[in-house]
Amino acid sequence: MSRAKVAKPLATATRVCVEGELTIYRAMELKRALLEPLESKNAVEIDLSRVTELDTSGVQLMLLAQRTAAAKELELRFVDHSPAVVEVLALLNLGASLGLGASEATARGAL
Amino acid sequence: MNIEEALPTFILESRELLEDVEARLLRGPAEMDADSLNAIFRGAHTIKGSAGLFQLDHIVAFMHGVESVLEGVRDGRVKLEDPLVTLLLACTDHARLLIEAVAAGEVSANAEMERAGAPLLARLGEYLEVTQLTAAVEKPRAAIVQPRPSGDSALTDHWHISLRFGPDVLRNGMDPLSFLRYLSQLGSIAAIETLSDALPPAPEMDPESCYLGFEIAFASMADKAAIEGVFEFVRDDCRIRILPPNSRVSEYVALIDEAPPQAPRLGEILVRCGTLTPHELEAALAAQQADAANAPKLGTILVDEGMVQPAVVDAALVKQKQLGDAKALDARSIRVDAGKLDKLIDLVGELIIATASTNMIARRTRVLDLQECAATLSGLVEEVRENALQLRMVKIGATFNRFQRVVHDVSRETGKDIRLVVSGEDTELDKTLIERLGDPLTHLVRNAIDHGIESPEERRKRSKPAQGSVRLNAYHDSGSVVIEVSDDGGGLKREKILAKAIERGLIDPERSLNEREIFDLVFEPGFSTAERITNLSGRGVGMDVVKRNIVALRGTVHIESDEGAGTTVIVRLPLTLAIINGFLVGVGKSVFVLPLDTIEECVEFPSAPTHDYTNLRGNVLPFIRLRDLFEVSDPPVARENIVVVRHAGQKTGLVVDTLFGEFQTVIKPLGKLFSGVKCISGSSLLGTGEVALILDVPALVQQAS
Repeated sequence: MSRAKVAKPLATATRVCVEGELTIYRAMELKRALLEPLESKNAVEIDLSRVTELDTSGVQLMLLAQRTAAAKELELRFVDHSPAVVEVLALLNLGASLGLGASEATARGAL
Repeated sequence: MNIEEALPTFILESRELLEDVEARLLRGPAEMDADSLNAIFRGAHTIKGSAGLFQLDHIVAFMHGVESVLEGVRDGRVKLEDPLVTLLLACTDHARLLIEAVAAGEVSANAEMERAGAPLLARLGEYLEVTQLTAAVEKPRAAIVQPRPSGDSALTDHWHISLRFGPDVLRNGMDPLSFLRYLSQLGSIAAIETLSDALPPAPEMDPESCYLGFEIAFASMADKAAIEGVFEFVRDDCRIRILPPNSRVSEYVALIDEAPPQAPRLGEILVRCGTLTPHELEAALAAQQADAANAPKLGTILVDEGMVQPAVVDAALVKQKQLGDAKALDARSIRVDAGKLDKLIDLVGELIIATASTNMIARRTRVLDLQECAATLSGLVEEVRENALQLRMVKIGATFNRFQRVVHDVSRETGKDIRLVVSGEDTELDKTLIERLGDPLTHLVRNAIDHGIESPEERRKRSKPAQGSVRLNAYHDSGSVVIEVSDDGGGLKREKILAKAIERGLIDPERSLNEREIFDLVFEPGFSTAERITNLSGRGVGMDVVKRNIVALRGTVHIESDEGAGTTVIVRLPLTLAIINGFLVGVGKSVFVLPLDTIEECVEFPSAPTHDYTNLRGNVLPFIRLRDLFEVSDPPVARENIVVVRHAGQKTGLVVDTLFGEFQTVIKPLGKLFSGVKCISGSSLLGTGEVALILDVPALVQQAS
């Protein structure tokens, strides 16, 4: 089934890839998975390319991660938003704040 | 939700709302308080809103006219005076017509409806013009702050929806996202801001709680009810504020004010959503800050500065409170299809018959355990019966109050000043009975006003108060419901009735009648005492129809009257139509059922008197031998009994062979073939499968006297 795994970064950033649903059903597990990398001093990249579904609790976790990172003055980037993520962020007008640049959004759309 | 399925509910609700509006209007302008006005306004508004849901555009258009004028009244811009009340009453009539047309399947206006509606709208329009003029004069400042067209809503502008989801929404299996997606089917989300301020720091954050809120600018043709409907399932878990396009600035300010810590931000959001212009926000916030030291309510500021009128703020508060109240009421009652209830009653009837035969068999087997079980079962079934019948019982108050309108109209037509006094509104009776009572009662009330109560001059001459009164009263009396329609008018004139009856050949001039018999002549077909014919009554039809209707319900009607002081028409009806507590008696091999409520006592038959009466504790008791009445051929038994029954104050004895005791009786109507049979009102099945005839006690009592 779906799971989140932490891989060592190619560059200096820790890269977290969320696989499967980013929803209430895994909220507890995902909270840990998203916040853990923020314990280190490295920048964090969260890869959303394999997110199949995103709901309100997922959005909350993304916002939480972002805010926690900001509080620690860490760099946190959401990258490679999957179509499911793009749709939700567009619906909530959160694209800009959760790493969905205008160009990226269109690029995704083109895919 | 399937819209078509909801249509009957809409029709029902609209009828009820119109009734309520009418009742409140009828109280007259003098007694119109803010609550009543709001209720009237809300009624019109709800009908308009719901009609919109069903795309009943003609109703929306008409109710919009009504609502606009009512809004004016509520704001104090239009004075509610008699002519306007009459106009609004005419409007409720028209609205009712439209609703009934929908019920009959006509979902758009026909030419006739338009012809009827147009003059009403035109007259409403006259009030509206006054409204707009005064509004412009009274609120010059508001006009500057609020440069949008006030009053009517322009469709180009946005609704503003403010949502704060409760912490448990997600846990309850609901995702705010799906509501937003659903919302976007009703229109388009022009702008949305996601509010995450409530999100706590990471350690305290429970990922299964919801912390988000949304501010949405929403472009849609849907009405408020439809938009609220989107959030139906989260209504309890969520704080929702929906502001229609072009709401007053104060309402947006109130919205901002509701979340003090985020106030400035929320203000900005409103601007960003395009809901408010920066200028409007500035004006409102400046006012808020200027008085921060005194910390007054924002509503107060706006009222003080003349931006809104107190009525608006009050109305908003009252509205919120009432919404809550309505919800609480909803929870206490549910609407059930009458057909389902009837089915239930039918089944309970069958259940009673089945229990009766179980009982009988149990007794025959002489197994003690079985008998005990059967007894418990009977007890329970009896309770079920009581409760099932209770379900059909409705208070008569609503029916009585409908007559306010009849009295209002008829007294206007006849130029008499009449007031309706209602008592016993809490008396309950079977819903079917209430429905079928409407026509006869209407006729009685009209009669009371038209013929009963004298003209004002005449009343003065007789030193009665100029205002006549008609009383409706209801109460329970030994197994029946009594409904009285009385007036304080001239009363019935015995000689005149007699003279007319003789003239019409209804009675033999030689016959002497007692008072009651004379009054009963009024119910004879083709009898009318009215000296002149009015358009209300007095055409010689009516009272006989009233009587026929009531007799069809197994009821009776009679009149008591004091010449010069007034008349009372007394209608007696059985409590219910379906099941009665019966008392079984036997004559020879035949078994009869007497309604238990009519039985006074049972006494032993004194041995063989030859006349048709006996001495009951010093009083004469006339009696009827059922053996003779029904020509039972079996020879009489040695010890006969008398069952003393009572109806409408009169006692009669019935001579029978055996007393079997109480029996739950399901009334089955007799076939058409037996419709001419007197003294029998129906039949019932016994536990053994035998048929027992139910005796018609009123008819028997009449026969004995």
